[in-house]
Amino acid sequence: MAPAACGALLGLALCTGSLCMVSGAALLYHDYCVVGAGPSGLQAAYFLQRAGRDYVVFERSHAPGSFFALYPRHRKLISINKRYTGKSNSEFNLRHDWNSLLSHDRWLLFRRYSRDFYPNADEMVRYLEDFASRLKLRVQYNTAVIHVTLERDEQAWNGHYFILTDQDRQNYKCSCLLVATGMWVPNVVNFPGSEYVEGYETVSTNPEDFAGQTVLILGRGNSAFETAENILGVTNFIHMVSRSRVRLSWATHYVGDLRAINNGLLDTYQLKSLDGLLEGDLEDLAIIKDKKGKLHITLRFYLENRNISAGIDSITLPQDELDNFAPRAPYDRVIRCLGWKFDFSIYNRSLKMMPGKGDKKKYPQIKPNYESTSTRGLFVLGTASHSIDFRKSAGGFIHGFRYTTRAVHRLLEKRHHGVPWPSTVYPVTQLTNSIIKRVNEASGLYQMFGVLADIILLRENATAFEYLEEYPVGILAELETQTGRKARSGLFVVIMEYGKNFSGADKDVFYYNRAVGEAQHAWQSNFLHPVIYYYKHLPTEHQMKLRPPDWPLPRPDAIHHIVEDFLTDWTAPNAHILPLRRFLENCLSTDLRNFFAESCFLFAFTRQKLPPFCRQGYLRMQGLEGSEGLRRHAVEAGLLQDYSITDFLGDRPPDSHTGSQDQLLRDHVISVRPLQHLVNAKDEL
Amino acid sequence: MSAQKDRLFSSFSFLLFWASSIPTRGSARVLQELSPQRYFSALQAGRASLAYFSHNVSPGAQPFLEQIENSAEALQDYGISVVKVNCPKEGVSRYCGKENALRKAYLFRGNVLIREFPTDALFDVNSIVANVLFALLFNEVKYVETLADLQNIENALKGKSNMVFAYVPATGTAEHRAVMEAAFVYGTVHQFVLTTEATLLKDTSSDEPDVSSAWLLFCHCQRATDLVQPCRRTAMEQALTMLNIHRHLKLMGAPLVTEVAEDPEKVSTVHLQLGLPLVFILSQKETYEADRRTAEFVAWQLLGKAGVALLSRDLVGLNVLRRSNIALKTPDEEVPIKYLLLEDTDEVITLVEDKNKVKQIQEDEEEEEDEDEKENNNQDIQDDEVVEAVSRDKKRELPLEQICVLTEETFHSALLETAWTVVLFYASWEAVSLAVLRSYAEVANHLEGTQGVLLSRVNCWDWPGICTEENVTQFPTVKIYKKGERSVMYSGMWGTKELTSFIMLSRVSCPLKLATIDEAEGYLRGEFPSELSSYHHTSLLGVFSTATSEARETFEEAGNILSGHVTMGMYFEDDALALSRKYAVSPPALLLARSGGQSVESITLSKQSTRDMVQMIRYELLDIFPEITVQNLPYYLQLRKPFLILFSDGDIGQMESKEMLKLAKGRPQQAFVACWLNLKKTPVGRGILKAYFATMPSLPVLIWVNLHAGGQVFKFPPEQSITEMNILSWLEKLKSGLEIPSSTLSEEDWKPPLPAYDFLQMMEVAMPELPLHTSHHHGDTPEQHPPESPGGDTATRDEPSRETKAEKMGSPGRDLRGTAPRLAAREKQGKRHSEL
Repeated sequence: MAPAACGALLGLALCTGSLCMVSGAALLYHDYCVVGAGPSGLQAAYFLQRAGRDYVVFERSHAPGSFFALYPRHRKLISINKRYTGKSNSEFNLRHDWNSLLSHDRWLLFRRYSRDFYPNADEMVRYLEDFASRLKLRVQYNTAVIHVTLERDEQAWNGHYFILTDQDRQNYKCSCLLVATGMWVPNVVNFPGSEYVEGYETVSTNPEDFAGQTVLILGRGNSAFETAENILGVTNFIHMVSRSRVRLSWATHYVGDLRAINNGLLDTYQLKSLDGLLEGDLEDLAIIKDKKGKLHITLRFYLENRNISAGIDSITLPQDELDNFAPRAPYDRVIRCLGWKFDFSIYNRSLKMMPGKGDKKKYPQIKPNYESTSTRGLFVLGTASHSIDFRKSAGGFIHGFRYTTRAVHRLLEKRHHGVPWPSTVYPVTQLTNSIIKRVNEASGLYQMFGVLADIILLRENATAFEYLEEYPVGILAELETQTGRKARSGLFVVIMEYGKNFSGADKDVFYYNRAVGEAQHAWQSNFLHPVIYYYKHLPTEHQMKLRPPDWPLPRPDAIHHIVEDFLTDWTAPNAHILPLRRFLENCLSTDLRNFFAESCFLFAFTRQKLPPFCRQGYLRMQGLEGSEGLRRHAVEAGLLQDYSITDFLGDRPPDSHTGSQDQLLRDHVISVRPLQHLVNAKDEL
Repeated sequence: MSAQKDRLFSSFSFLLFWASSIPTRGSARVLQELSPQRYFSALQAGRASLAYFSHNVSPGAQPFLEQIENSAEALQDYGISVVKVNCPKEGVSRYCGKENALRKAYLFRGNVLIREFPTDALFDVNSIVANVLFALLFNEVKYVETLADLQNIENALKGKSNMVFAYVPATGTAEHRAVMEAAFVYGTVHQFVLTTEATLLKDTSSDEPDVSSAWLLFCHCQRATDLVQPCRRTAMEQALTMLNIHRHLKLMGAPLVTEVAEDPEKVSTVHLQLGLPLVFILSQKETYEADRRTAEFVAWQLLGKAGVALLSRDLVGLNVLRRSNIALKTPDEEVPIKYLLLEDTDEVITLVEDKNKVKQIQEDEEEEEDEDEKENNNQDIQDDEVVEAVSRDKKRELPLEQICVLTEETFHSALLETAWTVVLFYASWEAVSLAVLRSYAEVANHLEGTQGVLLSRVNCWDWPGICTEENVTQFPTVKIYKKGERSVMYSGMWGTKELTSFIMLSRVSCPLKLATIDEAEGYLRGEFPSELSSYHHTSLLGVFSTATSEARETFEEAGNILSGHVTMGMYFEDDALALSRKYAVSPPALLLARSGGQSVESITLSKQSTRDMVQMIRYELLDIFPEITVQNLPYYLQLRKPFLILFSDGDIGQMESKEMLKLAKGRPQQAFVACWLNLKKTPVGRGILKAYFATMPSLPVLIWVNLHAGGQVFKFPPEQSITEMNILSWLEKLKSGLEIPSSTLSEEDWKPPLPAYDFLQMMEVAMPELPLHTSHHHGDTPEQHPPESPGGDTATRDEPSRETKAEKMGSPGRDLRGTAPRLAAREKQGKRHSEL
């Protein structure tokens, strides 16, 4: 550590601030350093490159995606590669493409790399190689960052520089560090006899090696089931042990839980075909090997009071006391499939990279803007950033973190380069349309449900609005500083959600009447559906903290659910668009209906104010004339009046809508003219 | 208790009877049960009673007995007691003796038998009350079968008293009972006449009556003097119920015209109390007699619909009264009194009747809603005319064969194939887009066979990439791409004609460089270039000498901006001077030929910016005295001047046209827009007039309306002829504030037409355990029931929907979720919106 600090001091003396590019041969400078050329590292590199930023990616291997070169061991990716959706909308199709990264290059879509619904991991490696080379991303291969430390400097963007050291003692200096190292350190449990356990990383993938064997698998994740699936047909039986119950992803709606493609063992367990699942704490276990090389399960408790050298026969086995103890049969092999954790080892203590709490301890602690809780300027991307939405959304997977990476990039653009969050300003007449368009096609909202949200900032008088896409809702309170956009007149937050009590390992997700069909009951929707929150003022930090559990956002001033849809197509005029329009109208206290030019013409002559649609269309010479047939339909519907019908002197009963409007108009007529006698009164008396 | 009763009833048998009847008697029973002896001894002179004799209860009489018991209370109101007489085993009475007597009920007055009713005539409470009263009121209610009988009665009553004539399809009905009950109360005041003869009904009413429903006429015979003419009649328009008859008779009894001499705000009459409006005829000493006659005339017309009061202005010092001749007070106290200036008594009647009609319809609707359990306040019924029209049209296949569908793959290559490519960017789910697509299909039809123009469309829902690339942020957008050059975005009306003309004009470069004098002349006549001959109205020709290139450049830039909307040509050949001499201008100048070159105006171009020139050209293109249409109004609105507009049913007369044109031309740079509106061509103009005046004024009518400031509407006095002089002096008066506006445009904001579903509130009702409610919002949103729409009166509007929704939440099954009940519910709504 000491030499590194010295070098840093030297560098500081030679140059100032971010202008310092290279300070001697020992210290290479970049604004942004990305560690890891996996999917998230390359994704971050893409955005940095497009923005013209000074960046470099360090990759310890000779090629990108080194994790995928090894894992999954059985090579089948469980991220879907849906090549056909019946739609040509490229944004929509990304909802069902879980492997592609974001880019402007249409060639870099995963469906061009694999025809398989569950593709082979080799194709992912090939894809990542192409992604890096086609887009000419600046990746420095064969560079393993083995140490990261800080160098204080008030001139630096974040009050310090990051000094990275590689395996050749080469130092790199960066203003901003993007950690995209993924989760690659295997989780290991230590218990007596754990030396007999084979790891998932090295276990044979050839089923022949397991023929006629009895296998115990530790763990209950996808890697455990994937391993079991591979050898299911040739083993005597497989037992699986883990602390927690099995969580099926179709019940939890979390893609990281056990996927149906891997769950063959559940079948054989429940059909009593010898395989089985057990619950137990691995820490309490012990494994002993008998003379024939068979492995027996016992409890750590039994081993504690005995003399190790006494030999196998002296050890108490659970079945000695409980003769129907479930895993009493000896095993030929025990395989550990306990997943991975983040590599905390390379960070100097001054960075205070802390593991998360509880079931998130495998992840580093980060804030909702993906920045380390203790080191400003250090952002965690990709799988390692999953603590934000662990067991909820898709932030730990390519199809999720490609969007959170983009969000982080946008935050950085604002913070360091003064580029505000991209937004589009529309007239208020487009409000319903913009929401409908996004909820129907946006992939980021769909994948990162509950995490990323579109923000609609209202302009004064609600005549226009600004649309911001895919902002992390966790930092909603800081919106103005994080995006450089102002929320002066209230805002809408468009987000996607599952029903509050629908998902869960023990939930029946097939119960009768699980789907809501009526718009008026939309808030009870269970499947993923759009929810729009309305706030008159930006929620404060305090309100964010006190939000109800399981709520992505604090209590809004009004909320709208667009009713779940079987086809996830929310374009039905009456069930989806109309209730949304009413919600928006009531929040903005205006009338957002569309009108034909003829109606606007009438309003222009009879009202001092016009509805927004007429104001922004007709008055600007862009009135909607509508074909003859359409206007006839509107007349038939009673929404437009046909004045060409000759006699309308009150003989025609006013229809429900126009009638009341006429009444409204008439109510404002206060005729006043100098007194005049009723000259032509007919005197018939 | 039993001991107490002992004292009351001495007879042992009675005690037994009483004891045995306890189980059948409720505490509120008014039906007495007596022995024959007791019954007959208790009959009082003049008191009526209905008796039914029974040996133990025979099974067949059971339902009848129930009805008798039920009617006892109703009859008691008319002083008629109902008694069940229990015959002892041995027949002691003649009524008890006869076997068939037990199938009858007997009506006594005192101890005189008035009538005996077969039990099958007394099938329910209505029939019992109706028949009993009918029998008792034999003198008060005359039953007639022929027209002659009716006329006899009517003639006899003339000058003496009024007659109430009722028709009921059958006796013993609820209507019959209502008439009888009314007769019981009013029988001494009016003569009641009843019939069940449908033929009589036909003879007395003018139009084809509905013989299946009851009918009641009030005949004003007391005032009748003419013995030949039948009495004046006022039909009751409501259903025949006791309450309605009572109301009707009360109204008929009220004075025809009430004379009042106080502030109308303070006046209250029986009409207002009964929920009817009151019309004030404002009078003064000089015209009192005539006003009185008018008031009576109106009162007769409105009898039963509204009250009429005659108010002397002289006695009430209210200013507003001096400016109007009619006031209308509604029973709704929140509605202020309306003061109106009407010309015709018909207008008064129309005003009241329309009001009632609206009210009636509203009531009907409310009832209908009640039936539908007020489900959701109509929130789920489409009230967007464009969306509804498009969805009603969705099954029709559009003729889009001539419109090329472009995709991400074909877009860029298509642009290179044709000289001009028109692209409609739209979203297939968006209503306005689809409405425009329909017009676009018509454009394609018009332009079929036009060389060098490709009409195409891009569905942004399928290809969001191109739409973003082409900077399409709104749906719909039309752009026209010239091969290898820039594109122009269409910014005109979404109409077939306008879009077609835009495409046609865009094909010609703007401005068009004219090569010879002949071309220039042809251009001004609208004959050159030939492909435009049928499309443009006004031609603009810039004439430049070669020296004035700066002005020419500005002109060319202006042409780029106005491309597609205006035809612009320019001429800068050597002989440009010849052209300018012909039209007496010196270059740089602008020649303007309106509609086919009948007249050519000339404007000298001064040094100005492109923007100013565009502005100037746009302004010059406006007509001096235009016919206002839906399409051109926005151009004139932009001038932000008041409108002097002549509404005409068809073309305006030559005289008016001449005078108006004189007026418009007389003052260049007018402070107002002089224009006219053809109601035949722009029928929506009728809607405007209807909004300005309660009724249609006689046409043509000249109106001054200040759309941009104040919104006051003035009507040119109809008795004056429309001449420049008259108008000018009227305008002077307007300016000096001597005229009073006939109406003022509403300043009301456009609020949400209906409330939204309040999901937040529903969540709180259904899941009180959710800590959503109070604990954790601090100051910012203390409201208990968000969302309150800012400024709206949601509290009252939300009320019904909330209640019903709360109920719904309570029902555990959420049974509306299944498809079948949903569809069933839809059918119900179909009554009003067949498309759902």
